[in-house]
Amino acid sequence: MKENEGTIQPQKGRRGLWIILSVVAIVVIILVAGALTNWFGLAGTPPIQLNGAGSSFAFPLMSAWSTQYKALTGVQINYQGTGSGAGISAIIAKNLDFGGTDATLNTTQHTQNPSLLTIPESLGAVTVAYNVPGVPAHINLTGPIIANIYLGLITKWDDGSIAAINSGVAFPSTSIFVEYRSDSSGTTFVFTDYLSKVSSQFATQVGKGKLVAWPVGSGAPQNQGVANAVKGQTGAIGYVELAYVVQNSMSYAKVKNAARNYILPDLNSTAAAAASAAGSLPAGNGDWSQVSITNATGATSYPISTFTYILVYQELNVYPSGMTQAKAQALVAFLWWAVHTGQTTAASLTYAPLPAAVVTQDEATIHTITFNGEPLPT
Amino acid sequence: MAFPFRRDARRARLHPTGSSWGDALFRAGSGAAGVAILVLLGLIAIVLALNAFPSLRTFGPGFLASSEWNPVTNQFGALPFIYGTVVTSALALLLGVPISLGIAIFVSELAPASIRVPLTYVVELLAAVPSVVYGLWGIYVLVPLLAGYVAPALQGSLGFLPIFQGAIYGTNLFTAGVILAIMIIPTVSAVTRDALTAVPQNQREAALSLGATRWESIRIGVLSYARSGIFGAVMLGLGRAFGETMAVTMVIGNRNAISVSWFAPAQTLSSIIANSAREGVAGSLELGAIVELGLVLMLVALLINVFARLMVWRFLGKQEGGLE
Repeated sequence: MKENEGTIQPQKGRRGLWIILSVVAIVVIILVAGALTNWFGLAGTPPIQLNGAGSSFAFPLMSAWSTQYKALTGVQINYQGTGSGAGISAIIAKNLDFGGTDATLNTTQHTQNPSLLTIPESLGAVTVAYNVPGVPAHINLTGPIIANIYLGLITKWDDGSIAAINSGVAFPSTSIFVEYRSDSSGTTFVFTDYLSKVSSQFATQVGKGKLVAWPVGSGAPQNQGVANAVKGQTGAIGYVELAYVVQNSMSYAKVKNAARNYILPDLNSTAAAAASAAGSLPAGNGDWSQVSITNATGATSYPISTFTYILVYQELNVYPSGMTQAKAQALVAFLWWAVHTGQTTAASLTYAPLPAAVVTQDEATIHTITFNGEPLPT
Repeated sequence: MAFPFRRDARRARLHPTGSSWGDALFRAGSGAAGVAILVLLGLIAIVLALNAFPSLRTFGPGFLASSEWNPVTNQFGALPFIYGTVVTSALALLLGVPISLGIAIFVSELAPASIRVPLTYVVELLAAVPSVVYGLWGIYVLVPLLAGYVAPALQGSLGFLPIFQGAIYGTNLFTAGVILAIMIIPTVSAVTRDALTAVPQNQREAALSLGATRWESIRIGVLSYARSGIFGAVMLGLGRAFGETMAVTMVIGNRNAISVSWFAPAQTLSSIIANSAREGVAGSLELGAIVELGLVLMLVALLINVFARLMVWRFLGKQEGGLE
């Protein structure tokens, strides 16, 4: 402080002025350069870009699709895993060409936006992962037991109800540390939807939603955050999308389904859950709020399975920022590709391929998309 | 760090070097920049209040006293987050202020110049570390360390206190408090050092000439003299702890409930906003409640900062008067 006394000099002021002038000059140069690039860039045909965002559950699949589709057609797909809630908000605000979500539009959102189409695009499973040393990689659990753990009613791993369905397994008397998603999450929606179906106490005390009031436990953001939290805490339990437990080589439970079988989450058991619901899906522009493939019937269905959806407008010339015939055509072509060729990529990333009946329904929905009232050929 | 500029500016006005169009232009330009900040702050407050309106209308002042935060039933109350913010900030001050004071006293009173300069740089470097880096370090180093060794030790020795009871979660109030303590050290120690350096030399000399020891001279001559400046420094640290978001969100465990235990997960005003900001649909009660939390946070942070700046400026201003 003292060294600064009386150091103010006119020269110093002028130096400051020079700094300001040079900053202004740099900004001007950047702006001019940007304008020039833009001007010259217009000489060539700009590549078509389709912007999507939403479900982080679907993000790994969307990234893979984006790379493949760019190589195939030159169309650039930009997808950000901002979370299902954000995806729905952004497509309703017409800030995106398509939205991604694991949770369907609720009835209010559907009524206010009747022209938004719901297109099931892939299938996923929510696993119940745990970190209990000395216990096998796939213990048996039931929906009511999981609900009671998340309600704080079962607090120790050696609880009688857990031991009773895992004969021969010696559980330690470790406390159960409950982990959940702290951000708005389609994964949470699917998990709470399932628990609300199998436990009336969970339904009344917590309910289903992308964000809920958990009575116990601690929260971490994103699927990877919950996976890390479970790995880092002995005695922890958490719900994570299948791809993440496989990548992190974690232990995850077999869950008892509606047909009373203990089912390990994998591609086949997820597809089985979707197949059992495929016949009863609403039309693409219908109300999907009641659609759920959790606790599905079928002997081999994994009970915590979900569709993930793409949301698009039925009539595409509705964007205040503008939409061209070519871009609308590219969007329809991409959707068609995603539900057909794209499904083979899905399997390699642990997303189960859509059952044939659902693909047929998606085809019908995609055929209803129009630009200025004219249908777009697929 | 802003203080020398302020004093220089005042001197420049007292001794004008002559007038020119350049000065007038510069004055108008910088004046406009100053006004722009006020306008910006006003606009932010207005937009927050407008967006918070659904929640303000539905819950009224009861919003601050309700501990229910349930997006499923549309019941929203801020109490758990106010509690989490207050406890983590208090913990940060409890752990961070003594260390900061020690650094400031050592740097300004005791350290030889060869140590003083590098030490000052290192402490100020702490302030330049992005908070997400503190968060990462918190998750991978601090959480296992505290949950594995420190927390069990505290529970073993002081377990009769309710704040040290219960299951030890890795991410909890205590971890958040420790991270915040580290994060406020640069602010508090730098401003305290400025306050101590501004104490006139004759204060120290007078105490020493009366036969005081080094410690006594620092206590009587320097610390008590710089009291209000130190207090201001602590308040600035509190302001930083109050608003810190990223690092806290990563280590606090994000549970929307009030727990007496420091080893239980919790949530602060800023961490709940960071967690649920993406959820709100425009015009919904939920978004209103989230924005209202932002409004509460901004008002409290503003009050703390204004109060702290006033304390520091009044102290340093008094010293400047003494020097001239």
